Amino acid sequence: MTISAVPTSGVKQWLRSIRIPPVFYFLVIIFVGGAALDLIFADGQMVRNQTILTNIFVRSVALGIVAIGQTFVILGASIDLSVALVISITSVMTSYIMQGDPANVPLAILVVLAIGATTGLVNGLIITKLKVNAFIATLGTTLILRGILNATFTNFEGSVPRSFEYFGYEKIGPIPVSIIVLVAVTLVGWFILSRTKFGYQLYGTGGNVDVARLSGLRTDRVIIIAHIICSLTAVITGLFLVSRLRAGAPWVGTDGVYDLESVATTVIGGTALAGGKGGVWGTLGGVLIFGVIDTLFNQLGINPYMKNILRGAIIVLAVASYTIRSKRESA
Amino acid sequence: MNDKNLDVSEATTAEAQPLLEVRNITKRFPGVLALDKVSVKFYPGEVHAVVGENGAGKSTLMKIVSGAYVPDSGDIFLQGEKVHFAHPIQAYKKGVSIIYQEFNLLPERTVAQNIFLGREPARVGVIDIPQLNKMTQDLLRDMGVEKLIEPTEQVSSLSVAAQQIVEIAKAISYDSKVLIMDEPTASLTSVEVKLLDDLVMRLKAKGMAIIFISHRLVEVFEIAEKITVLKDGQFVNTVNKADVTPTDIVTMMVGRELDQFFPPLGLPEDLGEVVLRVENASNDFLKDINLELRKGEVLGVAGLQGSGRTELAQALFGVEPFKSGEIQIHGNSRPVKSPFYAISQGMGFVTEDRKSEGIFPQQPIRDNILMAIRALQSVFGLVRKDGVPKSKNLVSTLSKKVDVRTDSYDREVQFLSGGNQQKVVLAKWLASDASIFIFDEPTRGIDVEAKASIHEIIRQLTKQGVAVMMISSELPEIIGMSDRVLVMWDGKITGELPSRSSEEELMLMATGHVNNHISTNAVAGKE
Amino acid sequence: MTTTSITNSSRAASILSNGWVLIKKIPPIYPIFFVIFITVGILNPNYQTMNGIFNVFLRRASPLAILAIGQMIVLASGGFDLSVGSMITFVVVGSSMLLSNDPQKAYSTIAIMMVAGVVVGLINGLTVSVFRVPSLIVTLGMLLLVKGVVMYWSGGAPKGYFTDNYRWFGRGTIDNVPIFGKFPIALIILLVISVLAWFIFHRTNFGKQILAIGDNVRASQLSGVRVRLVRTTAFVISSVLAVVSGVLIGGYGGISTNVGNGLEFQAVSAAVIGGTLLLGGKGSVPNAIFGAFTLEALFNLLNLLGLPKPYKDAVQGIIIIGAVAYAAFSTRKKR
Repeated sequence: MTISAVPTSGVKQWLRSIRIPPVFYFLVIIFVGGAALDLIFADGQMVRNQTILTNIFVRSVALGIVAIGQTFVILGASIDLSVALVISITSVMTSYIMQGDPANVPLAILVVLAIGATTGLVNGLIITKLKVNAFIATLGTTLILRGILNATFTNFEGSVPRSFEYFGYEKIGPIPVSIIVLVAVTLVGWFILSRTKFGYQLYGTGGNVDVARLSGLRTDRVIIIAHIICSLTAVITGLFLVSRLRAGAPWVGTDGVYDLESVATTVIGGTALAGGKGGVWGTLGGVLIFGVIDTLFNQLGINPYMKNILRGAIIVLAVASYTIRSKRESA
Repeated sequence: MNDKNLDVSEATTAEAQPLLEVRNITKRFPGVLALDKVSVKFYPGEVHAVVGENGAGKSTLMKIVSGAYVPDSGDIFLQGEKVHFAHPIQAYKKGVSIIYQEFNLLPERTVAQNIFLGREPARVGVIDIPQLNKMTQDLLRDMGVEKLIEPTEQVSSLSVAAQQIVEIAKAISYDSKVLIMDEPTASLTSVEVKLLDDLVMRLKAKGMAIIFISHRLVEVFEIAEKITVLKDGQFVNTVNKADVTPTDIVTMMVGRELDQFFPPLGLPEDLGEVVLRVENASNDFLKDINLELRKGEVLGVAGLQGSGRTELAQALFGVEPFKSGEIQIHGNSRPVKSPFYAISQGMGFVTEDRKSEGIFPQQPIRDNILMAIRALQSVFGLVRKDGVPKSKNLVSTLSKKVDVRTDSYDREVQFLSGGNQQKVVLAKWLASDASIFIFDEPTRGIDVEAKASIHEIIRQLTKQGVAVMMISSELPEIIGMSDRVLVMWDGKITGELPSRSSEEELMLMATGHVNNHISTNAVAGKE
Repeated sequence: MTTTSITNSSRAASILSNGWVLIKKIPPIYPIFFVIFITVGILNPNYQTMNGIFNVFLRRASPLAILAIGQMIVLASGGFDLSVGSMITFVVVGSSMLLSNDPQKAYSTIAIMMVAGVVVGLINGLTVSVFRVPSLIVTLGMLLLVKGVVMYWSGGAPKGYFTDNYRWFGRGTIDNVPIFGKFPIALIILLVISVLAWFIFHRTNFGKQILAIGDNVRASQLSGVRVRLVRTTAFVISSVLAVVSGVLIGGYGGISTNVGNGLEFQAVSAAVIGGTLLLGGKGSVPNAIFGAFTLEALFNLLNLLGLPKPYKDAVQGIIIIGAVAYAAFSTRKKR
């Protein structure tokens, strides 16, 4: 093992201890750049209009919540490509069970949480017990879920009662409820990762699974729990989306490209795909970047199909801006 | 037969009872009897070395003692009590800790987080971080290294020697009575080794039994009190260091006398013209490199970890090219920007870490050996099975030349021993007809017999007109093999020494005594 | 007499044991395929005829087989190419719009599509090699991007028609061939590509270097392999083969923006079932082809058993997990 022995000087060490993920510098640059473009080419409302500014955050809620979960999984050197389907299933099952009746709300939430937890459990078991590569495992579950979903539902189903729309639309004071939820999820995520035994075990397992095992950690259990957490955040995202859409549909998750974008924002946020390094604040920064870009596209009135083209390109370029600095060849 | 060999029961030891004892340990793997009724006693407050060739069973024995393997038969006694370990963590809890050659650390985590992984102080699952750091600080103070390492430092920012210390701290944090070290000094240079030795002495004074495996007899003779020799899975003898010489030990290990450790140096008439010349070359790390390499000579490159030796090799080979200055290979002044180009000009590079940089584990021996040749042919050129048109049996000829021991050339390289893998890498460069070889730690982690074999091959190469640059951290190897030695410090070449210089002269230059600047901090990587 | 019977039986025994050694060496995909296909044949008598086997089954399976070859090469180098499904959609929709029912444009359309394939492959390969972005992300991004281009170009509602000469590749046959009857052009194209691919992968330095890169990319660099060149070529091959596959599919399929959905995963599944290791370092052209045949046969089998269409996805998921789990299990047994 060759680790360079070039030591760090005092100033560098101090800077490192503060650890602002570089993604936030990008966020500032993109926001300023975006505001400039908006000023020049559109009505410049992006910075001046409070509703639009808030909207940046609201757009970020859906992606943000599931991206936090994805961060957990990636920290463990795994990946979860099934989140999009979990989101879709959640949205459909929620409105199907609720059927517009507030009395059904608790049941619906319980059911989808159970579905999410089960999916996470199955993912985790396939990866740890069958020893299947995480990419293939979650790809496989995606296909299985998609098959079951498409066989059962083909269109909008049921609806969500007004009371439930609280989640998606209401505010507490000036702040939308959804943003509070996003911040809460991020804080909980941060706390688990940096202050609890599980968090330490996750970093250990993702950093080097053999070292973790040698120290007596039950790495299989750690991975399974991480996957369950990820699927649960996907459920929360699904609940948020259905409360905004007022009815669920089978394409909600895949249309929003939540699988690829949750991975991309995690990587942009500084979490290594190989695991063991990174955190949720960086991911949040990455999510906000995407939120700004999305809002900017709206302001500039870009054709929705063009948006997808740009999205794909931006995702790759954004990740490239990180990986180009790495010395190691990638796959 | 040497009648100085003493049976362990006559050895002078204060304690009557061994701290750790293995009795009649036998272990079989498919096709090989790794250990055959081996019995050894280890006493507290003693440093006990276990030596033997590759395959002698040393690592297997240590893995059994530390709980990584379960013996087929035989017993382990800890302080007189029979113990049975099914997992390393059980051994740790009983006070038997082991540290391996490859560090088991998490680079992105702090020292404290590494040491107490899985045992962090916590309430209801929430970690008490101040307590964690305090526990680490106390441990480091106990070891006498609190000035060198902070609990909150990230492990990746530490030098190799400091990381080794963290490994040891982790091992003894389990309240160890027995500390086992597998090739502890393999990655360290002499000055760092002294640091480690001091630490070992300290631990020994506390009554711990220290066991270490090493191929470096010089070190064994420096710090060990007892030496156990294993050969082909069998116990040969345990002797007091004071009663034997290194030659005795080697004889016991190998079964025959190995008089000469190194082949004779090159004679003046063997030296040819300059084939590699570097003038005023620099890149991000290296500064103002000037050197010449001649046909037929072995140019040693010495220096501490981080001095730039590997960077120099990488720059010459086009992996991290020079950004200014000039390189001339066989008179050709084109800059070297890629390994592809370097190889096409006749260079070969046997890297430091064969596992991650030298071999293709899932490919057969045959394809490993032919890789460099094929890389240089056209991409869609026909695959020539055995290196035709050069020679019909290139693979087998070269394999025999470097003494690769295998039953078939279609065997996947991952199933070969470390020594054999290194020989396959060597064969790869012989196949490409390299005329300039760079070796980076050619015999690291390889047993005595294979080492001698590789040294022989290097000398044979120079007799055939090949130019060799050899980087090594093993001073005896550098001094024994080199016709000249370049010494590096901080990315620069600080000096050149003639052949067979003394270790002291080398070490002075390697520690930058040109600038009059040494401190223990420098060794721990803080400057 | 006793001696002769002993010699006979020992000779028989040695023949049997030699035979068994040979049989053990056959990759499991072949017996699996034959078992499944024979089952299909039993359930559907159509597949018992030459016409059924060659003109129906193999013709339908050809596009996937071609795709699987390209995917296998990328997988063997340690990467993934998830953009091929979108490429197929692009080829099908784009061709129909470029052609707009003018037969004269058929060959130029195909040429344009080939160029597009090369361009996409180059972008994929260079982004992975030069920018060091993991191929998973690059090709997923490309999947989005190409799909976006298709939607933008067609406005979401593709128009245009395929001309007969374009359809000939996917649909056409050579009639009155002895023994076979009607021999599909698509199968001929598959055969030609198979031979070419087999040659490049197993008989030239290219294949050896692909395996080297997939096995240990650092050692490859240090052994002089031009990693960027070789890897990028693999991605270009994969994209171009996707274009060929798309032309074949356009031959008999309908035009829709969903035509390529999921085909990239089918390609990966086919390659994996055929024994390609996901982390690279091992691969084989004929095995990948039969992996594709097996997958197609399996889908046929499920149809015959009356499984509703959406469950095809679910079954595929189970298959791919099963195949990889089995591969992981047998690799560990070897050690």
